[in-house]
Amino acid sequence: MKNMAEKSKNIIEVKSLTKKFKSFTAVDSISLEVKRGEIFGFLGPNGAGKSTTIRMLTTLLTPTSGSATIEGFDIKKDQDNVRQHIGLVAEKIILYNHLSAMENLEFFGRLNHLSKEVIHERAEKWIKRLGMEEWKDAQAATYSTGMKQRINIVRALLTEPDILFLDEPTLGLDPQTTFMIRTFIQELNEKGITIILTTHDMIEAEALSERVAIIDHGKIQAMDTVTNLKRKVKGKENPTLEDVFLQVTGLEIRDRKGKPKRDGGGPGHWGGNAGKRVR
Amino acid sequence: MKHVLGDLLQITKKDLLEFARDRIRLITFVIMPIFMMVLTGFIFPSQTSIKNVPIGVVNENGKTGDQLLSVIKNLEITSGNKAFQTKDYNSMDAVKDGIKKQEINGGIVVPPDFSRKLQAGQQADVTIVEDQSNPQISGITTQTLTNIIQGFGQQIGKQKVSVLVAKTGAKGLNPGAIIQPIQSRLEGILPGDTNYFEFVAPGIMAMVVMTAVLTGLAASVSREREQGTLDGILISPISRLAIILGKAASQSIRGLAQGAIVLLLAMFLFGVTINGSILLVILLLLLGIFSFVGLGILVSSATAEQETATQLLFMFQFPMLFLSGAFFPIQQMPQVMQDIAHLLPLTYAIEALRKVIILGAGISQVTNELIVLVAFGAVTLVIAVPLFRKMITR
Repeated sequence: MKNMAEKSKNIIEVKSLTKKFKSFTAVDSISLEVKRGEIFGFLGPNGAGKSTTIRMLTTLLTPTSGSATIEGFDIKKDQDNVRQHIGLVAEKIILYNHLSAMENLEFFGRLNHLSKEVIHERAEKWIKRLGMEEWKDAQAATYSTGMKQRINIVRALLTEPDILFLDEPTLGLDPQTTFMIRTFIQELNEKGITIILTTHDMIEAEALSERVAIIDHGKIQAMDTVTNLKRKVKGKENPTLEDVFLQVTGLEIRDRKGKPKRDGGGPGHWGGNAGKRVR
Repeated sequence: MKHVLGDLLQITKKDLLEFARDRIRLITFVIMPIFMMVLTGFIFPSQTSIKNVPIGVVNENGKTGDQLLSVIKNLEITSGNKAFQTKDYNSMDAVKDGIKKQEINGGIVVPPDFSRKLQAGQQADVTIVEDQSNPQISGITTQTLTNIIQGFGQQIGKQKVSVLVAKTGAKGLNPGAIIQPIQSRLEGILPGDTNYFEFVAPGIMAMVVMTAVLTGLAASVSREREQGTLDGILISPISRLAIILGKAASQSIRGLAQGAIVLLLAMFLFGVTINGSILLVILLLLLGIFSFVGLGILVSSATAEQETATQLLFMFQFPMLFLSGAFFPIQQMPQVMQDIAHLLPLTYAIEALRKVIILGAGISQVTNELIVLVAFGAVTLVIAVPLFRKMITR
């Protein structure tokens, strides 16, 4: 959206970022870079540390240690500047049920110090694109999950962010809405918005992301382009991203937060921290 | 900093709009104070409220005993409303048995030698039996019966003194003055009687307003946290101070509205007169709110989940209700409890409101309370705001 030549190549830089909740380490010293203008897939089983990482990067959680910058601004020291460059579609839909779409958008827009005119202009544009015109003045309580998520995305776009964090944006949506949102994510990326996408849907991740990081037990186990990762899969012809995912993270079900048992993780040729984990 | 006020107002406006659209919350909001007022107004006992209290009477004496008992039987509190409903029993033991069965809430026993002793110039005895399971009714009943017996005794005394005076031939002696040389007169600050409701109305008002701020604020923050909408606010480049103060402001407005409902009900339904300045009442309510905002923020910061918030607040609020003098006078409590009561801002708010509403006190007569409320609010806010900032992204 802004003149890219003036800016550094990496829009996000994360160094040894760690988050501990009492004795539990949710995110364990991760480091990564996200390039300007890419769609970066951030994958991992339940409880792996994806949302915690995103919450730290979006200033919603204070890291225990380590550092990160967004557009060069430190997430601990320059929070307001960070906030001006990001949009967030979190796990939970950020909309007030008793307010209409427009009232919701106006409220969040005003909190970002946008004028009413600007809010309306931008809101109308995206609402139209996502087919919500008829519903914009109805209370959000009357919407289906898919309708709420579309307005939720419009909300995240109001500030015209440089980076959009999407935490499982198509979770629980019907195939039609899912398709619409995926196409929309690509459109936004083409306009120059960097996208950080977490999802459990490997087809979605493979279709959208150029590079992915696979996080498990709070550590990055693998990070590369989808093509490169697929090449490293052993014992399978034409492997998919799902094969990559299962080989990296194993077959163990993650019901609770406990000590993991390794039974299928990669031996260390995945990059990231895979195989180097000390627990 | 220039945006703080504007951001704060946005949050207040949004909270109020959301609240106004939520029908269930709106209904409870209006009903709660009405409910509390009606309950306390009609149910709590006041001096004039003994009506048809069942008591047992035993007359082992005869005619003189009957005279005394008929005064008791016929005592009317208001015209047509008798104070007691008497029931005849055979003996003291039967009366005690009746109290145990809770058929009666007290009793009076006139012994066989009652009239003999009176005639012989000795002191006669009448026994009042009290129902210790019900201290409040028992207190009023015993007091009323004692008064009746005293009055009856004085009548007899006067007659006897008259006879004596006639015998001595002295002039200018007043039998009444001999029996009761000193009479007490009651002088209030205000004309008319006050009742328990006038005592309790300022307490309820202060309590309702402060509950709104304390419970409302913590509940509002934790609800948004659970819904996820708090993230939408926190991710905006606005001051955390604006967030929490904006929320506090909307809760305060709601609290004041509830306070107004209580005030109007007290005035028009229960006949409470505001003897002081209504502006001073509003100022006191505002300062009461101010004194509680910090505490509300502290609780909101400390609790991640709505349920924890409610429980923690309940722990605070329940003792506060009883300790702050909202329902029972602080002066009746043991010294330790009185000391604790004086650590609570609610106590000062209620005391000041009571002074202004009932006694017509002016601002100079409530300065101490005003200072305490402002100081408590300022100190807790200074502690709470940085803590909120830290805890919200814990």
